[in-house]
Amino acid sequence: MAASAAESARARPRPLSLTWLGVVPFMLFALMFLIIPATLLMIGAFQDPQGNFTLQNIANLNQPTIIKAYRTSIAISAASAFGGALIGFGIAYAVALGRVPRWIRPTMMTFSGVASNFAGVPLAFAFMATLGRTGLVTALLTSIFGFNIYRYGFNLLSFGGLTLTYLYFQIPLMILIMTPAIDGLKREWREASAILGATTWQYWRMVAFPILWPSLLGAFLLLFANAFGAIATAYALTGSSLNIITILLFAQIRGDVLHDPNLGYALALGMILITGLSNGAYIWLRSRSERWMR
Amino acid sequence: MKRPVIGPWITIILGAIYFLVPLVATFEFSLRMKRGEYSFEAYRVVFGDPNFQASFTYSALIAVAAIIVGVLIVVPTAYIVQLKLPRLRPLVEFITLLPLVIPAIVLVFGYIRMYNSSSWIPLTNSARGTDFLLTCAYVTLALPYMYRAVDTGLRAIDIRTLTEAAQSLGSSWPRILFQVILPNVRVAVLSGAFLTFAIVIGEFTMASLLNRPAFGPYLQLVGANRAYEPAALAIIAFIITWACMGLIQLFGGGRRNDTRR
Amino acid sequence: MAFLTLEKITKTFGNQTTIHGIDLAVERGEFVSFLGPSGCGKTTTLRMIAGFETPTSGTIKIDGKDVTDLRPNQRNIGMVFQAYALFPNMTVADNIAFGLKVAKKSSAEIAARVKEMLALIKLPDVGNRFPYQLSGGQQQRVALARALAIQPKILLLDEPLSALDAKIRIALRDEIRAVQRSLGITTIYVTHDQEEALSMSDRICVMNEGRIEQLGTPFEIYNNPKTRFVATFVGTLNVLNGTMVDTATGRIAIDGQEVVATRGANGASTGDSLAVALRPEALSIGETEPGRNGLKGVIEEVHFLGPVVRIRVRFGDNVVSLDTFNRPHSAPPVRGEPVNVHFGHEDLLVLDRPAI
Repeated sequence: MAASAAESARARPRPLSLTWLGVVPFMLFALMFLIIPATLLMIGAFQDPQGNFTLQNIANLNQPTIIKAYRTSIAISAASAFGGALIGFGIAYAVALGRVPRWIRPTMMTFSGVASNFAGVPLAFAFMATLGRTGLVTALLTSIFGFNIYRYGFNLLSFGGLTLTYLYFQIPLMILIMTPAIDGLKREWREASAILGATTWQYWRMVAFPILWPSLLGAFLLLFANAFGAIATAYALTGSSLNIITILLFAQIRGDVLHDPNLGYALALGMILITGLSNGAYIWLRSRSERWMR
Repeated sequence: MKRPVIGPWITIILGAIYFLVPLVATFEFSLRMKRGEYSFEAYRVVFGDPNFQASFTYSALIAVAAIIVGVLIVVPTAYIVQLKLPRLRPLVEFITLLPLVIPAIVLVFGYIRMYNSSSWIPLTNSARGTDFLLTCAYVTLALPYMYRAVDTGLRAIDIRTLTEAAQSLGSSWPRILFQVILPNVRVAVLSGAFLTFAIVIGEFTMASLLNRPAFGPYLQLVGANRAYEPAALAIIAFIITWACMGLIQLFGGGRRNDTRR
Repeated sequence: MAFLTLEKITKTFGNQTTIHGIDLAVERGEFVSFLGPSGCGKTTTLRMIAGFETPTSGTIKIDGKDVTDLRPNQRNIGMVFQAYALFPNMTVADNIAFGLKVAKKSSAEIAARVKEMLALIKLPDVGNRFPYQLSGGQQQRVALARALAIQPKILLLDEPLSALDAKIRIALRDEIRAVQRSLGITTIYVTHDQEEALSMSDRICVMNEGRIEQLGTPFEIYNNPKTRFVATFVGTLNVLNGTMVDTATGRIAIDGQEVVATRGANGASTGDSLAVALRPEALSIGETEPGRNGLKGVIEEVHFLGPVVRIRVRFGDNVVSLDTFNRPHSAPPVRGEPVNVHFGHEDLLVLDRPAI
């Protein structure tokens, strides 16, 4: 009797503690493999080798190699995000509203699902086989039109070449994000604006574009962060010849090329800030457009 | 309201050319290993390379391990958050989005600092320890996709009713989770699993910086030293990605039929 | 000359014709409803008036002017959609102002007009809110204001109440009609709800399978349906099969019993098999009084609904349904009992298409 009462007393709080116990592995995992490692880097960015607080690492970021690496990274990410957003939006629009045969849409969506995940080293190989010095397209252009793109300044291992390569996963990502957003434009909005006297251009300027704007800008930011953190494609394509921030950080982790571990942490901190800001803005914009779409 | 259909067509055709030409070119290139004729020589060489076999097997094993760990961590959490602790949802969703915010190279940098040989938890001291670290790194990479897939799957079924029904029949909690909930979100878990596999199998940065003999670093090495094999490998990688996405669609389609029934 | 005319309008999608030569003339200031089941062509016709669809053949004229090939934005028509269709990115005031801005009106004029419109729909204080902050009924009133702000020649309403709760639906129905009367605007109202059409319209255009079945006032449509379709679609009506015995006296045989119809044969000749209709409210149970029709049948089913008892009576192959008030002190009818149903000569309607 007493034993069972004690047992039930012990048993009563159990469901709750068991519930919390269920999320412990997740929280522990998040701490061990996300939060603490990132925090350690951020702390390291403000420490000197002896562990004292300093802002020197941040100040030391201000050197030509590092500034240039950030610049190039931001430029490539922005260019590929902008191009990807523009072209991806065009294709998403064509697929969703362009009155093309029905089968095109699922085909394009499936392909986009594959291509947006087809990044990294193999993507670099594919573009080398296409637009490298001996690539098929390079060879065809030379033999058919007598036009050697490399003689006219094109180089796959450059800003333009890398941007063109990044577009291969940026455009599909944009298609995947924007097609549902364009689907969200109701036919009645177009009709209501037409019957109120608006032209198609006025409808896009005053209604459709403002409605899509948060999704568009948000998608651009997501694409930007996506390209900014990428490294494998660039590394496989250019080795370490291209000075972008991820390749610099890669070299720093490998061999401390900056001869200052704590400067490496500051480098990483800068990256987290940039991707964090653009992702944060993306999430904020998305919640805004979702509020409208209800 | 007649709209010209020519613009959309041009956009789609140009897009299709941009998407298809690299694939065609790569495939063509991969067949040119023997001079003067098309052959699958490059593929034969690749498949015959013991390093290919070893690194692919290694990456596949790590991917499977990452999927198992990921499912074990994500499913109970998503389930509990949905059923019992909805106020934790914002926090959990924020955490699952972090891997998109922090670039992989930064994360692995953090791991190297946290788990190096002179730290409290010197995982990188041994090969097994580093394998474990790499597995966890991949779980982290896949976390946003895995969590979203499972969370959506759980929303689609009425987990509260299922849970209460199981409880009324006297099931214990682990039993409910593994015998009632898990089978019902099997499709969602499988989608997450294939996506994880597609992301992880050719991953380069983390494997390379942790010095593990994975498929990604192997690809990079071949790319730096060979001419035709990389093209063959790119085609193989594309087919693997396509297979993973195809399997997701296949199972996703099956689920739609299930709910209709 | 009518204000809005449709002449021989047809519409073909692919190889399927959905509208078969519609002729319609609507007077200035008139409120006409298109009533019919889904797929009857009422929405397609409305969309052709709006300009979203082009007729395959035929002419549409507004105020004497041929608008058949004009684009929607050149027609000066106001339209209210089923799903509100307010622009989610604009405030209520900006939504109402949209058509005026597009027409390049001065901002002072726009502001005054928006204020006037908000007063008209009795929502003077919601100008700065966004659509998602309003209830469905409020959104639909704003949509009405937006459509009227441009002072259109014609107002089109496409099932504007069907997304709303029953209570709001009735309130808004009266409001729309009041606004329409005060502005005197020519209005076409599409609905599948007969009660809406009957209560709001000057005239109802009952449509079925791409044709106009009957055009008339609500009173005519309800009390004197011309076709079996109108009779069954508008109100609940008992339709019985019979044979014309003598056109001159209007004698009709139903299940071997003769009745008299005094409202005309509707084109039927002696010996024709035909359909006749009886409103449930015209039927009584009991001995036939002189000068009335009587039919003997058997009670097939009795539903006790509280204040009303609904009885189904069978005459051979025909079944009629009628309601009697509940009388607490007398026994209710019993299934299987023989019964006599009687009704006036003038209550019997001869429909123009024989029953199948």
